[in-house]
Amino acid sequence: MQEEIVKNIILGEDDDYIINVGPQHPSTHGVLRFEVSLQGETIKKVVPHCGYIHRGIEKMCERDTYPQIIHLTDRMDYLSAHMNNEAVCLCVEKALEVEVPERVTYIRTILDELNRIASHQLWWSAMGMDMGALTTFFYGLRDREKILDIFEESFGTRLIQSVNAPGGLMQDIHTGFQKRIKEFIRYFRKKLPEYDQLLTGNVIFRERTEGIAKLSLEDAIQYGVTGPSGRASGFSCDIRKIEPYGTYPKVDFKEILHTEGDTITRYKVRIEEMYESMNILEQLVDNIPAGDYSAKMKAVLRLPVGEFYQRVETARGELGVYIVSDGNKSPYRIKFRAPNFSNLFIISKLAVGYKIADLIAISGSLDLVIPDIDR
Amino acid sequence: MTFDIYDFSGLTQSIDKGLKASMSPGWTLLTEFVIIGLIFLIFYAILGLFLVYAERKVCAFIQNRIGPNRVGPLGIFQTIADLIKLLMKELIPIKNADKLLFNIAPFIVIIASFMAIAAIPFAKGLHAIDFNIGIFYIIAVSSLGVVGILLAGWSSNSKYSLIGAMRSGAQVISYELSIGLSLLTIVVFAGTMQLSGIVESQANGWWIFKGHIPAVIAFVVFLIASTAETNRGPFDLAEAESELTAGFHTEYSGIKFAFFFLAEFMNMFIVASIAATVFLGGWMPLHFGVDNAFNRIMDYIPPIVWFFGKTGTVILIMMWFKWTFPRLRIDQLLTLEWKYLLPINLLNIVVVAFLTLMGWHF
Repeated sequence: MQEEIVKNIILGEDDDYIINVGPQHPSTHGVLRFEVSLQGETIKKVVPHCGYIHRGIEKMCERDTYPQIIHLTDRMDYLSAHMNNEAVCLCVEKALEVEVPERVTYIRTILDELNRIASHQLWWSAMGMDMGALTTFFYGLRDREKILDIFEESFGTRLIQSVNAPGGLMQDIHTGFQKRIKEFIRYFRKKLPEYDQLLTGNVIFRERTEGIAKLSLEDAIQYGVTGPSGRASGFSCDIRKIEPYGTYPKVDFKEILHTEGDTITRYKVRIEEMYESMNILEQLVDNIPAGDYSAKMKAVLRLPVGEFYQRVETARGELGVYIVSDGNKSPYRIKFRAPNFSNLFIISKLAVGYKIADLIAISGSLDLVIPDIDR
Repeated sequence: MTFDIYDFSGLTQSIDKGLKASMSPGWTLLTEFVIIGLIFLIFYAILGLFLVYAERKVCAFIQNRIGPNRVGPLGIFQTIADLIKLLMKELIPIKNADKLLFNIAPFIVIIASFMAIAAIPFAKGLHAIDFNIGIFYIIAVSSLGVVGILLAGWSSNSKYSLIGAMRSGAQVISYELSIGLSLLTIVVFAGTMQLSGIVESQANGWWIFKGHIPAVIAFVVFLIASTAETNRGPFDLAEAESELTAGFHTEYSGIKFAFFFLAEFMNMFIVASIAATVFLGGWMPLHFGVDNAFNRIMDYIPPIVWFFGKTGTVILIMMWFKWTFPRLRIDQLLTLEWKYLLPINLLNIVVVAFLTLMGWHF
């Protein structure tokens, strides 16, 4: 009886042809389940079911001290790991009213942009692979290896750098850091047009993505779709411009805004963001000021009683960190406003009326990372 | 015209005479059937192994990596290792599946491709079935594969398989039209449906050169339509891994899956060899005009080498498609056939008929 009520609430009619896309599925980039109600090949209703990878990160943060929380945030949106770290660090530094050395802000922003490029490279690989062009997976990852090599050389790990601490960084960069980044920029500027040749200009790709799933500006604002997906619909939501943090006030870069809002526009926004990130890197990499790599912090951090909020622009959208502190060394409550959570639920509106093949294209263009949805 | 080309019919006639000398005609026929059947089975299996290895290597090189290189020198025993693994897998019976249909579906697919391969001329005289309606037979028999696919999807008792089978069925029967019509252009040029006749008529030049523009159009249409017919390349949504997790053969395991897999590669070989035979001259070396020095030099390369070389080139092109392009959606695929390829084909045939009447081809 209970089950029947729930089923009717979710899908409505009894004789719908329901298939499950996921949770184990080659193209939902993580454990996510779409319950799709079909009429022939056309989608009548999509209900995403998340929560398969809920690990209780926010609850775990209530037991860990502030420096320890940072390492939990890596595992949310792991492709923008450094930006997640930076969000928590900035929030804590704001609460403690600590002034970090300028060197730290430069290095943090450089790592931010490198993470952004790496994340978009992986997104491009996966998007091509979902559409059937399996070769794009290898080209994108080949170029991403260059960035991962830089990370490994500098900090020891590839995906999750874990080099932030409240007050600054845990270690300084090595002397070849700037040279490596300049090499990478030179290499990647030549390779990025190849991506356009392989996928963007391809007739089949265009046929499958042009005009599909237009996201209107009102819907984007209402559902809170931020990041490249929102900017493709004209929603000017780049936190780097609205509430600049780090070194972004000093850097000259464009916010990529388009208005069409369909799948190929979301694609183009990310490709252009990669170019912009390289511009930012070029402006920063030669000008890292000398100085300390961390401010002097106490051994045990206690935040003053109160509520503190900080937002950053990850590769997928606006990540917000909200800390409620009651004076202890762990937060009383921490809440993450995850960009992927808001981006996910727009699919129920976007995919209606299209085919199953389009559902895959749409979820690829929204660039979802499932652990961020569930935390 | 083809003075120096070795004629295998000498060999086959001598075997026939030898058998007839020791057995009654009935038994001779039976023995010959068994021998030819065995040869084809072995050829089919070995070619399948080789094609799978070739696909993996070509795929790897396009993707900027190496491919199998551990099992055996340069990885040539990789497919044999895969075959042994597949043979040893458990054949999982499906609850509530139609057992008879579930079991015979892979065999239907293999039988259809076997019947088609028997009609292809590999060299002069090396031709198992030489009908006077050769092309008609091949088209008819390769349509039987659809039955196997539909049975597989239906009897698996799984929504994903059913969707995959339905998509594939619609796709295959649509593109059969284009294949038939594009082959028809060359039949009109050559004046015969007999495959050995078509090859002989290319002794003074391949039809893709002699038939100039309409033949090139027909060749391109044939390439596209045959890639779609064999569920390959940008038209492989019946088995789209990233969407339906293997479509109509999701529920098959072990040797039955191996049959589907093998049949797909052999179908690719069959359509490639038909393209090579009809458009590119089959086993006929590259000739321009009749009886000149260039022709004699070309004749030194054995016809079997020519045949496999041309077929190999067409297969390479088909593999290239698969690893470069994204996939088409089902409605785009059917639009391509019914709104673009079919009208182009029909117009092409009218043009070809006119050209043949006026004699405006080489």
